Amino acid sequence: MKRKPSRRVAVIGAGLSLFMRRALDTGKELAYYAASQALQTAGIRLKDIQAVVMATAPDAFDGVHMKGEWLLDGAGGVGKPYLRAYVGGGSGVFSIISGWMMVASGVFDLVLVVAEEKMSSCQPHPQGAFLTIFDHIIERPLGPNLLWIFSLEQQRYMAAYGIRNEDIALVSVKNKHNALAHPAAQVAAQLTVKDILDSDVVAWPVHRLMVSPISDGAAAVVLASEQVARRLSDRPIWIQGVGWCLDTSYWGNRDLAYPRYVEKAAWMAYEMAGVTEPRKQIHVAEPYDPFAYKELHHLEGLQLADRGQAPEDLARGRFDRTGELPSCPSGGLMGVGNPIAAAGLMKVCELFWQLRREAGARQVPGNPERGVAQAWGDLMQIGTVAVLGVR
Amino acid sequence: MSDRVAVVGVGAVPPRPLSVDRSYRELGFESATRAYGDAGVTHQDIESFISVCEDFHEGTSITDEYTPDQLGAVLRPVHTIAGDGLQGVAAAVMLIRTGIADLVAVEAHCKTSNILTHEQVLAMALDPTYERALRVTPHFVAGMEMRRYLHETGSPEDAVAMVVVKNRRHALGNPVAAYGGILSPDDVLASATVCEPLRELEISPNSDGAVVLVLASEEAARRTPKPVWIRGVGWASGSPWLAGRSWGQASYAGVAAEMAYRMAGITQPDREIRFAEIDDTYAYKELQHLEAAQLAPRADVTRMVMEGDTRRDGRLPVNPSGGSLGMGYCFDATALYRTAEAVRQIRGEAGRAQVAQATTGLVVSWRGIPTQSGGALVLSAD
Repeated sequence: MKRKPSRRVAVIGAGLSLFMRRALDTGKELAYYAASQALQTAGIRLKDIQAVVMATAPDAFDGVHMKGEWLLDGAGGVGKPYLRAYVGGGSGVFSIISGWMMVASGVFDLVLVVAEEKMSSCQPHPQGAFLTIFDHIIERPLGPNLLWIFSLEQQRYMAAYGIRNEDIALVSVKNKHNALAHPAAQVAAQLTVKDILDSDVVAWPVHRLMVSPISDGAAAVVLASEQVARRLSDRPIWIQGVGWCLDTSYWGNRDLAYPRYVEKAAWMAYEMAGVTEPRKQIHVAEPYDPFAYKELHHLEGLQLADRGQAPEDLARGRFDRTGELPSCPSGGLMGVGNPIAAAGLMKVCELFWQLRREAGARQVPGNPERGVAQAWGDLMQIGTVAVLGVR
Repeated sequence: MSDRVAVVGVGAVPPRPLSVDRSYRELGFESATRAYGDAGVTHQDIESFISVCEDFHEGTSITDEYTPDQLGAVLRPVHTIAGDGLQGVAAAVMLIRTGIADLVAVEAHCKTSNILTHEQVLAMALDPTYERALRVTPHFVAGMEMRRYLHETGSPEDAVAMVVVKNRRHALGNPVAAYGGILSPDDVLASATVCEPLRELEISPNSDGAVVLVLASEEAARRTPKPVWIRGVGWASGSPWLAGRSWGQASYAGVAAEMAYRMAGITQPDREIRFAEIDDTYAYKELQHLEAAQLAPRADVTRMVMEGDTRRDGRLPVNPSGGSLGMGYCFDATALYRTAEAVRQIRGEAGRAQVAQATTGLVVSWRGIPTQSGGALVLSAD
């Protein structure tokens, strides 16, 4: 990736459904709700949209083959070029990268990006859908599930840097607290580290309150080319850089202490955005936090904390909403909820609102000019990163 | 910087009904090796990778997890399009046009021999509440669509049979095609009825396969030996509901082709397009797609096919490779096989399948029952 993109792309509208454990709405309806809100805030109608991007995680949640095709009318894709870009849990942030490509290529001027997830249709528990993500010869006979492999990763992270579980539990405390100010939040709460560590152990060292919930929800944004954005919006938020990176499928061969794929994705995005000193030039961060330790892990991968030092930074308040580098001011997946693809795009929506200073009670102080959103997925394998800014 | 994009490398394994000796990863590796060699590059030169796959076809959720290693794409920018092969190509074209990548690889594969009951998998694509309860097979939907097409156009069933005769015969000239044969329209019409009026021989046989294409910016393409230019790409979706479907015509292909023609600056497709590699998952689809791509007016499609205009030596050769009826159907990888065959034609490398003056070609794709999604691609020698 040597060259700079020649065309600029802006976010001009964002929409979000409520995140909840079991929505009565179908996936199509959730997508419709978020998409309508995004169109409305952008001041345009569906007929103005030239193409639609859909992000949604495994088909097994809904038990629908080619789920993207099935969802397309709720997202407004009928009669239009419609694309489902897919990188597992990283899809939410990748969806805006995919939309960015559509506009930055000069092929489209107005693109709607929709991310939807309805996990509650998967019975008895959506974790069941994840039993089929593993290698069918080497791994599936062992019966692994996501909690199992992420607890391995957390243990490795703790062992490599001498981190205590109390340090990690603080992420849950912070994010669930931040989410109290989020109107769409599912699991906002005022808790202490003791509350977190008193909750059930689901796979040691992961406690129940260190895992994001099962959620239904949808998010959407409208992307526009520079010329169109300037005409339609007085406060467009620019996509300054995007990056993504996929590591090997053989996760058992990797050192899980550090997400090197997030680092590579971050530098790709930073270089595009002209960011050379991320800790000074990034003012607000939305790293992916499906598990409490992941936020710390990702802050290190994003070069926003030294390796193994993120827990210490967290403990001294650096990542609080009023801290030096607010991290997950939305409340993140731990607080707002985790409808997988929609949760990633929710982070982009949060940056949009934060950078436009429209985040209400969640607004970070000062004048944030640049933020980063990141998601992660597959077999602890992909990093997707987007840098957004006010200019 | 120019917005031109070219196909500079093509690698494919011959589609076969069984591939017991190789996994899909090995098929992908072989195709990637061939494609990189064809483009004169190594995996390290490729700057971004796109895979095309669907969970249920693979029997693996989040199946994009298993895409990087065999492409030489570990720790590189890789993403998946859960869609049609041409949607993957479109994503690559857009990625190159942003200016951040010069060389992008697109991969798709199909391991249908691992699937016990593909029809049941396809039935899972129907809406669980309103459509699955009808317990229809995908071929039943195709039969209804074919019925509607014949009704609206007044075409005889012979015209559909002629598509099979032509494509199976074309396949005889393609050394990698598995289903070459000399048939008569009567042979086709005498084959078992699957869902009236659809006959067994009018359905493309499922095959295993893998294709990798290397796409390049103009600057990078100029450094490769055999660039074929992508002048236009388009794709579109119609309603996902069976009830909302345009049964008689391929509306998605119409929108997709229009988009591709607009990008290519093509105003008279029937004159400017010299040959076509068009989706023929079901034989009648070739007729629908010819009409949708404006290669023939509705009233003329039947006559063209019956009079041999779409044969390899005809006025507008269609599927000189043999199409899916002659080569086998590889799900979403089918579109990349069609593209690879079109590239071979334009390069003049098609051997006995070669079409005269194959300067500009059209590829049309379809995602199959029950979708109304497809794409179009205009390829050209300059």
